[in-house]
Amino acid sequence: MKLKRNVAVSENGFLFNPETGDSFIVNPIAKEILNYLKEGYDIEKINQLILDRYEVDLVTLEKNMEDFLKMLQHNELLDR
Amino acid sequence: MEKPKFNIAVTGLNNTDNPGPGIPVIRGLKESKDFDVRIIGLAYENLEPGIYMRDLVDKTYQIPYPSSGKEAVLERIEYINSKENLDFIIPNLDAELYTFIQSKEKLEKMDIRTFLPTMQQFEERHKANLNEYGEKYGIKVPLSKSITSRRDIDELKEDFEYPLLVKGKFYDAYLAYTPEQVNTHFNKISAKWGLPVIIQEFIRGTEVNVIALGDGHGNTVCAVPMRKQYITDKGKAWGGITIKDEKMLELTRNLIRQTKWRGGMELELIKTNQNEYFLIEINPRIPAWVYLAVAAGQNLPEALIKLAFGMDVPNYSEYEVGKMFIRYSFDLIGDIAQFGSLSVTGEM
Amino acid sequence: MKKLDYERPILNKVNAGMPDKFGMKTKTATLSHIEEHSVHDILKEFGSPVYVISEPCIRKTYRTAYKAFSTRYPRVQFAWSYKTNYMNAVCKIFHSEGAWAEVVSGFEYSKAIENGISGDQIIFNGPEKSKEDLERAITDGAMIHLDSLDEFYFLGELAQKLDKKANVALRINLDAGIYPQWDRFGFNLENGEAWHALNRIMLHEHMELVGLHTHMGTYITAVSAYAVAASKLADMAVRLFRKFNHSIKYLDLGGGFATKNTLKGAYLPGADTCPSFDDYAEALTSALLGSELPPDKLPLLLLETGRALIDKAGYALGSVLANKRLVDGRRATVIDIGVNMLFTAFWYEHEVLPTKLNSEQTENTTIYGPLCMNIDIIREAIQFPLLQKGDAIVIPRIGAYNMTQWMQFIKLRPPVLLIDEDRKIHVIRKKESFQEFNAHENVPKHLK
Repeated sequence: MKLKRNVAVSENGFLFNPETGDSFIVNPIAKEILNYLKEGYDIEKINQLILDRYEVDLVTLEKNMEDFLKMLQHNELLDR
Repeated sequence: MEKPKFNIAVTGLNNTDNPGPGIPVIRGLKESKDFDVRIIGLAYENLEPGIYMRDLVDKTYQIPYPSSGKEAVLERIEYINSKENLDFIIPNLDAELYTFIQSKEKLEKMDIRTFLPTMQQFEERHKANLNEYGEKYGIKVPLSKSITSRRDIDELKEDFEYPLLVKGKFYDAYLAYTPEQVNTHFNKISAKWGLPVIIQEFIRGTEVNVIALGDGHGNTVCAVPMRKQYITDKGKAWGGITIKDEKMLELTRNLIRQTKWRGGMELELIKTNQNEYFLIEINPRIPAWVYLAVAAGQNLPEALIKLAFGMDVPNYSEYEVGKMFIRYSFDLIGDIAQFGSLSVTGEM
Repeated sequence: MKKLDYERPILNKVNAGMPDKFGMKTKTATLSHIEEHSVHDILKEFGSPVYVISEPCIRKTYRTAYKAFSTRYPRVQFAWSYKTNYMNAVCKIFHSEGAWAEVVSGFEYSKAIENGISGDQIIFNGPEKSKEDLERAITDGAMIHLDSLDEFYFLGELAQKLDKKANVALRINLDAGIYPQWDRFGFNLENGEAWHALNRIMLHEHMELVGLHTHMGTYITAVSAYAVAASKLADMAVRLFRKFNHSIKYLDLGGGFATKNTLKGAYLPGADTCPSFDDYAEALTSALLGSELPPDKLPLLLLETGRALIDKAGYALGSVLANKRLVDGRRATVIDIGVNMLFTAFWYEHEVLPTKLNSEQTENTTIYGPLCMNIDIIREAIQFPLLQKGDAIVIPRIGAYNMTQWMQFIKLRPPVLLIDEDRKIHVIRKKESFQEFNAHENVPKHLK
C-alpha cells in the first residue's frame, strides 16, 4: 500500500491529486502518515511510529488507520 | 491635505453570470480622488472570482455563511479586524443583510462602520408587503396577494385578470394565463421557497430600474435610472443604458424622503404605455450594475463612504445619459497553490 | 518524553465553489458542565442516555417572561402547558412561580389536581374531553374551552343534569397573517362561526362565558401576529359587551412563542431570528391597550406559553456508540439518543455538542440514533468533531415536548434528573424497568 507517486502534500496540509484534480485538507497527524506512506513504510511500521510519538492505544489507532486508509482508497490516492 | 486611507471589507465577490455587486463596488471605491482604500474581500466560496483579482482585492478572507449564525460571522470578523483594522464593511448580498443590520452595534464596538437601512426599513419592503408599502408611501404597485393553499386559486378571478404573475417569497416569478398554470407554478414555487406564494397583477410595459443612495435623513444623494437592454436566461441584465427620466427620479426622491432610506438601493419599476410607473420590488442594497452609475458620473460607493465618515458629499444631480454597460466574461488564471492556501487557512 | 496528544487522522475533500468551512477556524461549541455538574460525572452516575432539567433555568426563564408582560399590562397570568412537559416536578416549579395549569386531556387534568392546582385554576383545552372529564371540570369550576359545536351541546346537557353552571371559554381560530393558519381547532372568527357560537353560549342557562381563547400555531417568529390576534379578540370582547353588557374575565392568547432552536429548512439559525419575550410582550400588550377595551375593566391576559419556558432548561445527555463510513465517504456517528427520546429531531436541527475537543478539526457527519429503523436520524449533515466510541455528547434545548412525546420503542425510557437551585441532583422520573413494563401485559391462557 503506497501513496501515488505524484500526490503532493504541502507544508500546511493541502493535498492535490493531479490525476483527478481533487483537493483535500489533512490534519497534521494525517500529513505525517501520508509522508510515511510516501516513504513506502508498511502499516505496522507506521502504527509503531505513531504509537511511539502519540498518546494513543493500539486498538483505537488501528481502527482509525483502517478508516483513514479506506478514505485514501475511496479517493483514489493509493497505488494498489 | 493628505488623503485619508480606509480599510474596507467588501462581500459579494461572486462576479459570475449572476453577479454579486462586490467587484463593481470596489471599482467605484478605487476611483475615489478623495480617499485611498485597502480592499479586504470577504468570500463565502473558494471560487468567487473576486478573490483572484489581485489588482482589485488586496486580501481575501473566507467568512462563514450567515446561516451559521450571527455569532460565528462576528467572531470571524473580529479575527479579520485584528489583522486588518477594518474601518468599514459593505455587505452586498441579500442573504447577509439581516445579519449585518442586526449586528450594527456590535460592529461599531469593533470600530467598524456600516451604512445600511434600518431593520424597519429592511423588513417593511418585503415582497409580501408590497400593497401596504405602496399605500403608505403613495406609490403605484401591482395588486399583490399572498396565497397559502391551492384552494385560494379559484378565488383569484375575483381580484385579478389573467395573465398574472406567480412569485416565490424570495425568488422566482412565472407568468400564468390560466388557473391551471397558477396551480402548476404554485406547486413548484411552494416546494422550493415555501409559503406564502405571491400572486401579482401583471403590468404590461418596460422594466426600468433606478439605483439610489439615501443619506438616512430623507435626502437622495445619488440616483441614476437605467433600462436593461438584454437579459440573460437567468433573468439578469447583460447590458443596460442610462436614461433621462425625470418622473423616475422624482418617484425615487419622494420615496427616500418619506422612508428616510439609509444606504444603497435599487428600485425595480414597470413603465406602462400610459407612462405610469409601478413599483415591483425594492432591493435593499447596491445592485450589481452600480459601475454604470459611476461611469455616468455618480460614484455611489464613494459617496456612501463619504456619508458614513462625515466627509463632504458631492451634490449629484447630473449624470450622463446614454452611458452603457456591457457585461463580459473573462477567464482569470489561478494556481492550485492559491486555491490550497485559501482552502487551508481561509485567507489569501 | 511526554507523548503528543492524539487525534484521528482525517482527509477532508475540498469542494470547489461550494461553501467550505474548513480552515476557517469556526469553533465547535462544547458543553462540559450543566449547572456546575460535569456531564461526564452525571453519565457515570446515572448511565447513558439521560435527561437533565435545570430548575434555576426554568425559574429564570419564567421570571423573565412574566416580567416582560406584567410590566406592560396590569393583569397577567401564565398557565403551564402540561403537554409540553408534564413531569410533576417541572409542573410544580411552574406552579410555585404562580402559573396555573393548561391541560388537554383527562390524564393531564388528573396530574394538575395531583400537583395541587385547584379546579378554578385549570384551563381545559383540546378536542377530546370525555363525559367524566367534563363532569369533573364543571363541578370543579374549571375553565372549559370549547372546541366544537358538538362539544357545546354535550357540555350543555351535562351541566343541566348536574344543575350547575359551567365556566366556558371559546377557542377561536383567526387569520393573523401567519402560515399555516390553524383552522382545525375551535371556531373561525372571520366567517362568523365564532360569533354565532358566542351568542349561543351567552343564551345558555348552564354556561357562563368567562373567556376568549386563540392559539394561532407553533414556533411563531412574527410578533406582529400576536398584535393582530390580540386586537381581534379585544374587538370581540367589546362587541360582546355592547350586545350583552357582559364583561369576559380573560383573553387567552395561547402560546406558540419560538425558541432558539433552528427549524429544519430555516436559513438563519434560531438564535438570530427568535424574538425575545419583550418583543412578544410589546406587540401583544400594545394591541390590547390600544383596543377599545375599557381601561378600568381590562380582562386578565392569559398565556399558555410552553415551549419558550422550558426548552432551554432541558438537556439530553448521551454517548457515542460507533463511528462508521458510509458508501459515499461521508462519516456517520451513531449515538445512544434516538428519535424515540428526541421527537423534536423531526423538525429541529438540534445542536449536538461534545463535552471537550481534542482538536478543531471537523468532518461532515450524519448523526444517527441507536434505533433499528431508517428514520432514526438526529442530524442529516453537521460539521462534527472527531469523537471516539464512548465519548459524551450533549443535546441542549430539548425541554419541550420530548418528555411527553417520547416513544417506548425497543428500549425503555431513560431517567429524568432535576438539578435544583442548590445544585443538588434529584431523579424525578426513574428509569423504566422491564418488570414494570411487562406487568401491563397479559398472555392468554392458551399461549402460556
